[in-house]
Amino acid sequence: MLQTLKKHQFLFEELVKRDFKQKYKRTVLGMGWSILSPLLTLLVMALVFTNLLGRDTPHFIIYLFAGNIVMSFFKESTKGGMNALMANARIFTKVNVPKYLFLLSKNVSTLVNFGLILGIYFLFVVWDGLPIGPHLLMLLYPIFCLLLFNIGVGMILSALYVFFRDTQYLYDVFLVLLTYLSAIFYNVNRFPALIQRLFLLNPVYCYIRYFRLVTIDGIIPSLPYHGLCLLYAALALLAGIWVYRRNNHKFLYYV
Amino acid sequence: MSIIRAEDVSIRYLTGDFKSIGLKEYVLRRLKGNYKVTEFWADRHVSFTLEKGDMLGIIGTNGAGKSTLLKAISGIMVPTEGTMEVQGSIAALLELSSGFDGDLTVRENTYLRGAMLGYTRKFMDEMYDPIIAFAELQEFQDRPFKQLSSGMKSRLAFSIACLVDPDILILDEVLSVGDGAFRKKSGDKMKEILSRGITGILVSHSVGQVREMCNKILWLDHGRQILFTDQVDLALDAYEEFLATKHLPGSMEDIRQYAAAFALRRKKEQEKKEKKKVRELEKVLESKEDEAAVQAAVAILRRSRPDLLAESPEGTQP
Repeated sequence: MLQTLKKHQFLFEELVKRDFKQKYKRTVLGMGWSILSPLLTLLVMALVFTNLLGRDTPHFIIYLFAGNIVMSFFKESTKGGMNALMANARIFTKVNVPKYLFLLSKNVSTLVNFGLILGIYFLFVVWDGLPIGPHLLMLLYPIFCLLLFNIGVGMILSALYVFFRDTQYLYDVFLVLLTYLSAIFYNVNRFPALIQRLFLLNPVYCYIRYFRLVTIDGIIPSLPYHGLCLLYAALALLAGIWVYRRNNHKFLYYV
Repeated sequence: MSIIRAEDVSIRYLTGDFKSIGLKEYVLRRLKGNYKVTEFWADRHVSFTLEKGDMLGIIGTNGAGKSTLLKAISGIMVPTEGTMEVQGSIAALLELSSGFDGDLTVRENTYLRGAMLGYTRKFMDEMYDPIIAFAELQEFQDRPFKQLSSGMKSRLAFSIACLVDPDILILDEVLSVGDGAFRKKSGDKMKEILSRGITGILVSHSVGQVREMCNKILWLDHGRQILFTDQVDLALDAYEEFLATKHLPGSMEDIRQYAAAFALRRKKEQEKKEKKKVRELEKVLESKEDEAAVQAAVAILRRSRPDLLAESPEGTQP
């Protein structure tokens, strides 16, 4: 796979460039939106929830912000991924290129966006008086896991979307559900211990929790927790690769 | 050793199966009991081999399975049955102007397309100016692609594509892009590429083009292989006869007959045309109204039908 990636490196770079340009075409602020839009979401959520749900959560703004950026990274990446095959159908039905390239390039551009907003996140962390230090480097771990997870989920979704166009609507509904189940604007502490454990079945929540533990509490999670994060990522990725392998030559009959 | 070997290749499309009709239709049809999957063979039992330097012309009416076969050769599709073995790198120019992005500029699209065709960035940096020059788009380099005319789009596509230096080149209706001047230029360019001894496959609705460029012919009809041969003229004559009469030949014997019939038809048509011309000229001569016209008519006759002039000694000769 690495060899084919190398062979197609030029195409990959050009696809990433194209994805960026497509994303911000005809917007006045261009890249500015990747910073502004999560900030505005944060503002709205802070206004709505701070008094309602945030009283017993210290550093509630950062708490919200961590949940938001991780969730929106996941959303953007998987929704873009879902479209990757359909949007490029005109290319892969005419030229023999590896189909996962389209999905990977989409993920690179969302990763760069995530990097930008992460910078703003750190500014907020400093502003809120939380410690800045080498422990923040540990955040690279959940980001790496989440990237793999996103790619895996994106592969599954894009394949499903080719075969069943209903996928996009179902997935939108699913995302709403997931947002409510990921403890973005409420604290899981108010639930009994058993329910709190159930939250760990949600991979996105695991990555959000990792972010909060490191930045707000200054704690590096346990080794089994690292294992759990990686397990979710690996499962999603393997499932995605399996789906692509199986259907590689079937996609073009349905696009 | 053969560069391309297709053995008993069949490609099937399924229509009406669960995935293509969607969940709702599927449930409805199941309830009504009229759910059935129909299969459609775009290609059935197609076999041929190409050696290095061969130029194969694939002919057949619309829906014959030509484009599907090309996709199988270029590796985009895998045959449902049979085997397709290909040695060497392929550049497939299928439906040239698709796959461009309207919002990117001409320059960006050129790089993207180059990348798709498997070139390196270094190669594109070197070749960018010649490509634009060949496509005659120097003034449009930074315009969004969607602002180009369709002729310009295919000119660009052709120019990028014809820089390839592959072992196998697949051309699907690409030699008919642009206006007359560009068509001439692109035809010359293609001939130059093919003269390097690469293996080529040409799909074209212009029989003249196929006759001129190919040394092997594959004739498909509704997915069935009618003929694979290196007797280009025989095959193309029979094919033209088929186009005129719409009767498919059933055997090699039929094909020979068809070719003969076509040769006869062509001869007749030519004679008819000549007779018509001669009749017109004779009219001019008989009316004797305009001295200049008469002189011109005599000159034409002397050139094309000296026999006529020899037969009519009374009067017309000066």
